[in-house]
Amino acid sequence: MTVPLSWYLIFATALFSLGFFAVLSRRNAVAVLMGVELMLNAVNVNLVAFWRYLTPSDLSGQIFVVFVFTVAAAEAAVGLALMISIYRTRKTINVDEINDLKL
Amino acid sequence: MVGQILFIIIAAFTLLMGLGTVVARNLFHAALFLVGVFFGIAALFILLEAEFLAMAQIIIYIGAIATLIVFAIMLSKGMMGREAGAYNKQWYFAGGAMIFFFGLLSWLLVKMPFAATNASVPDDAIQQIGSGFVGHYVVPFEVASVLLLVALVGAIMLARERN
Repeated sequence: MTVPLSWYLIFATALFSLGFFAVLSRRNAVAVLMGVELMLNAVNVNLVAFWRYLTPSDLSGQIFVVFVFTVAAAEAAVGLALMISIYRTRKTINVDEINDLKL
Repeated sequence: MVGQILFIIIAAFTLLMGLGTVVARNLFHAALFLVGVFFGIAALFILLEAEFLAMAQIIIYIGAIATLIVFAIMLSKGMMGREAGAYNKQWYFAGGAMIFFFGLLSWLLVKMPFAATNASVPDDAIQQIGSGFVGHYVVPFEVASVLLLVALVGAIMLARERN
């Protein structure tokens, strides 16, 4: 327990910022999805660090991480299926070219 | 002391891999960097004494999600040419906003006092997680299983060939 809690939190913040940057600035939809995965991983590190440092006897923190795993897996499966479907009809998955819903 | 050095090595490795994921122009390389990030996070989970989550991280993220991403990249390979990984027009604005966000949040985190305890992890932690899933957290657990089923059916429906 020699590592301070704030190191983990700052590390997770850096990883979250990287993921958010990928979501905001990448053109390819698969790269955007990778950014979302980075963000979810950063949140998981935060959850486990808070569990370890604040309430190690109560396992709720770890159980929440497992639920985040589940949501991440579902999101990746549906997102990639959507992209394959869009690629089939439009021959592109660049998010700035798929803007039919934009006013 | 050893823990701090280990943390710095793992964190630097993970952040470098994360940077590679964000800046790599070739999407396949980005996916491989993403696998490096997942490994680093699993190592951090072991450092935080959450062994069950470290194993789950490797099995679910590297075994399933990274493989799925690589498959999706390969299935639409023809489109992912040279400029497939390029950024859109707002990338410098997004980068500035993210640097500001990181600075603000880490300043707040350093200022914020947390009441960290020195208590240790219970010996039967994995058993407690298991009984939590079928005990106190049974409803979210069942909802998560339904969510996975819906995602499975939805993914097959979306990706199947229509003719």
